[in-house]
Amino acid sequence: MSERQDIIRIENVRFAYGERTILDDLSLTIRRGEIVAIMGASGGGKTTLLGLIGGRLTPSVGRVFVEDQNVPTLSKSALYALRRRIGMLFQFGALFTDLSVFENVAFPYREQTDLSEDMIRTLVLMKLEAVGLRGAAHLMPSELSGGMARRVALARAVTLDPSIMLYDEPFTGLDPISVGIIGRLIKRLNAALGMTSIIVTHDLNETLRLADRVVVLSAGKVYCDLAPDDIRVSTDPFIRQFADGLPDGPVPFHYPARDYVGDLLAS
Amino acid sequence: MKADPISLLTSLGHAVTSRLDRLGLAARFAFAVFRVLGVVFLRFGLIIRELYFSGVRSLSIVIVSGLFVGMVLAVQGYEVLQRYGSTEALGVIVALSLVRELGPVVSALLFAGRASSAVTAEIGLMRATDQLAAMDMMAVDPLARVIAPRFLAAIFSLPLLAALFSAAGVCGAWIIGVKLIGIDDGAFWSQMQASVDVRIDIVNGVLKSIVFGVAVGLISVFEGFFAVPTAEGVSTATTRTVVTSSLAVLLLDLVLTVMMFRGLN
Repeated sequence: MSERQDIIRIENVRFAYGERTILDDLSLTIRRGEIVAIMGASGGGKTTLLGLIGGRLTPSVGRVFVEDQNVPTLSKSALYALRRRIGMLFQFGALFTDLSVFENVAFPYREQTDLSEDMIRTLVLMKLEAVGLRGAAHLMPSELSGGMARRVALARAVTLDPSIMLYDEPFTGLDPISVGIIGRLIKRLNAALGMTSIIVTHDLNETLRLADRVVVLSAGKVYCDLAPDDIRVSTDPFIRQFADGLPDGPVPFHYPARDYVGDLLAS
Repeated sequence: MKADPISLLTSLGHAVTSRLDRLGLAARFAFAVFRVLGVVFLRFGLIIRELYFSGVRSLSIVIVSGLFVGMVLAVQGYEVLQRYGSTEALGVIVALSLVRELGPVVSALLFAGRASSAVTAEIGLMRATDQLAAMDMMAVDPLARVIAPRFLAAIFSLPLLAALFSAAGVCGAWIIGVKLIGIDDGAFWSQMQASVDVRIDIVNGVLKSIVFGVAVGLISVFEGFFAVPTAEGVSTATTRTVVTSSLAVLLLDLVLTVMMFRGLN
């Protein structure tokens, strides 16, 4: 396998929740080793895209290749075999609240491997050390701050050294220091473990610092696919609205409604 | 809403199809759970934890309730038996009522309120906080890891809880009947021993509570697994577990009682 090989190939995918089309004829290719940020308005299908890559959602049309396997057609066992090579960080960490920090990180080892207790202990402490929380191993998830919980979840997501990491809004609800920590961890893990990372995010500053490519989704399609530097200097009104956080623009401030005056005066 | 016949018919149709839809979903879910049960038996440690939370932690409410129910049965039974001069039959009346009916039924109702509601809320919250999704993404089947152990725990716990309920009830009846009212101790026990049949009474009672365990266990994990992932959704699911379980237990009890005891003697 060559270094620059495509690891994820999404071809003409359509996805809808009932009548509401989320993704429409979307195609996207991600190369091995890249950090790709997926951006776009809320409800624009970013998280759906992660669901398709992880095989939790099935497209109505199109193909999703991950490591040359067409995910929607995989059997449950083949899908689970693939998922052992995919790590996912959920929006709020999704730590198991009935297990301690240590046990949360040990969970994939206990479920997926036959490693001895000593070995598991060593590996878990190494993962926790990598996210700076070895000292918090005995705490319960309810005792952690949001940023700490996210770091524990990150340690848990990389326990089996996945080749692909999916991040669902990893920066949401974190203070600036935690955002910086998570951002740096994502970058470091990606390089150290030779992973490919896909980050769904709203945090433009952190994204531009972190990503190799920024893919902006709009109306269910790839609106643009640019390097961070190109985003900074772009004059496109949609990208500018996004980058500068303008309330109104190509993405309207108002939800579609009938005429304001008419609505107020209607009896 | 205007009550024109077409819209009435439409809403009736919708009510029927949505319920049938849910019933179909429940059947498919049950099938999926049964398929992974074998895997869970290989990891019995998972069931032990659930047995503790569902079964052991329900002990106090079940035993105390059993004691009170037995006492009430003794008081009421004595009042009636006295009219016919056969107060020594009190032990039989109480034991049969408990072993055949009240033990399995009341302990299942208590279990639904005490343990099943907690299971639904726990699974519903695990879903709402993406814990089940995270597990699934880690290539660990939530059905096998989370759902099946809780389901099996209900099936294992209920017959034991029902037995303890009945035993506590008999003790309660003995305290009231023998110690307080003064019925003959020997008659109380010997009549009970002579009239309670292992096959007809005990085995049927245990069978009932196993069936109730399947129903209550399945309802609790189903409602939790498909709970709408919001605070309101989880609370609705918890309520539904208690209501549906209670109705299912009472309905199943009627069916089972007719099948088991009709035409005896």
